[in-house]
Amino acid sequence: MTRNLNIVVCMKQVPDPEAPPSAFLVDSQSLSVSASGVPPVISAYDENALELAIRLKEKGGGKITILSVGKNMSRAVIFKAVASGADDILLVDDPALERNVASGSATAKIIAAAIHKRGHFDLIMTGRQASDTNAGIVGIGIAHYLGIPCITLARHVQFEEGDITVERVLPSGYEVLKTAMPALLTISYQVGALRYPTLISVRASKDKPMTVMNLTDLGLDSKKACPLTMHRLEVPDQKRSVMMIGGKDSRDAGAKLAIQLRQDKIL
Amino acid sequence: MNSHGVVIIGELGQDSNVSQLTSELIGLGKSLFQAPDSEVCVVFLGKGSELSAQQVILYGADKVFLTEVPTSSDCNPEVLLGILEELCARESPEIILFGHTNLGADLAPRLAFSLGSGIVTDCIGISPGVPDGLFFAKPIYGGNASAFFSIDTSPKIATLRPRVGSIPVPDLLHKGEVIRLKSGELSSRMQNVAKVEEDAGGVKLEEAKVIVSGGRGMGSSKGFEMLSHFASILGGAVGSSRPPCELGWIPQNSQIGITGKLVSPDIYVAVGISGSIQHLSGMSKSGKIVAINKDPEAYIFKVSNYGVVGDWNDVIPAFIEKFEELEKSSKS
Repeated sequence: MTRNLNIVVCMKQVPDPEAPPSAFLVDSQSLSVSASGVPPVISAYDENALELAIRLKEKGGGKITILSVGKNMSRAVIFKAVASGADDILLVDDPALERNVASGSATAKIIAAAIHKRGHFDLIMTGRQASDTNAGIVGIGIAHYLGIPCITLARHVQFEEGDITVERVLPSGYEVLKTAMPALLTISYQVGALRYPTLISVRASKDKPMTVMNLTDLGLDSKKACPLTMHRLEVPDQKRSVMMIGGKDSRDAGAKLAIQLRQDKIL
Repeated sequence: MNSHGVVIIGELGQDSNVSQLTSELIGLGKSLFQAPDSEVCVVFLGKGSELSAQQVILYGADKVFLTEVPTSSDCNPEVLLGILEELCARESPEIILFGHTNLGADLAPRLAFSLGSGIVTDCIGISPGVPDGLFFAKPIYGGNASAFFSIDTSPKIATLRPRVGSIPVPDLLHKGEVIRLKSGELSSRMQNVAKVEEDAGGVKLEEAKVIVSGGRGMGSSKGFEMLSHFASILGGAVGSSRPPCELGWIPQNSQIGITGKLVSPDIYVAVGISGSIQHLSGMSKSGKIVAINKDPEAYIFKVSNYGVVGDWNDVIPAFIEKFEELEKSSKS
């Protein structure tokens, strides 16, 4: 069945979580975390969402819009995502949008306003949560503000007339839910990683249409009251004192490790 | 604190008893609301029974709501949301606590937006703040920082990870009220079509006492065959960091970390894993961590209890050989 779906995939830029922990500096005074020298990447779950969107488009046709909200977002990171198979870009880029780990509900409102302003959409997809805050509330909030149904933790989607049938991940399997479009889905990692773009599509991505808005364009106030206040920010003590087990070679060290763990009643 | 107390969304474990996390939440709720007029309420959405009600009363619940939900929609988030909205209107709680489970992570944000409440998800604790408020502690940036928030609305909503406290000591004298709630027609824009159990077989990562995990340093899917053998000898499960899943060496559902599963076994053996935040945030709460890595500078050694610098191709077979020899001699 061909129906030209309009899919919006919401993608957040985060400091690369594959970076070593030492690159993250926690400032307890200013209550902020700076990730010095850590390149921005798209939050991995949002990449899963884009991958699923591309598969749906391959099957049924349609158009994929990438939507991102933030301050001074890296265009290179966005273009790379677009090159994997999206069609256009919608950015809400505003200096007032400081990185704020407590701003999930405000972000949901901004995204809902941007999607509303843009007009027609059938499906909105987000990752199940962002890899910096792990809050998992933005997707549900967007659906709330747009007044559309939301199904979380989706790993597979099928179309049936104007309805979608969605597999939602459970700890020991999955459940199948059905709803009408427009709808919002939060996507789980079981979908798999985002495909690599080809060299040609990377070049072409820079010519894809891009719309940039700010909060004023959306009629939103940058000083929106936030229901959360951060009072303290600490570095949790994850460090352990390690006992290094050596030997005359790797085999010897392996055997000594077995003896040590046995002796300490670990195994 | 002028409060009407706490409402806890109760869940059952696999054995149909009240889940450990629900019991911990009752303990937490009681410790935060000690005034005689504040109540700890537990609500079961469809799944609870008279027996579950009596269990949570033993742990200190003052009121238990057993709600009726048609089986066809006992997992329908919009139906469950409707029930919670009714309950909140009736009880006007000061704080609503969910476990950070499949149910809680889905339902709590829905309730927060519906009530216009502030919410902190994935908390590791709630403590009294100053003045006269509560601090909700949450790990951010993959556990590299812990943020303490106050929620400036009423009610306040939070989801909490397992191990937020100990299970309260049962009090046989504690009395509680059991209220059966029958909701009116609850509408939903979605239907439950089916529920499918998928048993992967073997030890589940989330329940394993021992996990042997491999990273990029395993080199290929062959490396994971060796890990699988290693894990079976230790009676554990095999996990991995993100790269091996992306490279197709091992299925996606073995992934541990931000983009995978959160685990906390008694023993976690990290093989060929450098220790990115992505991975650490999924396993750093493990009992004892053992790291095997070729690179002496690998970050994983800083968060481990035992470390071996060496090639796993040599370390693991020698370990297994010695381990089996020790097992044998301890039995004879």
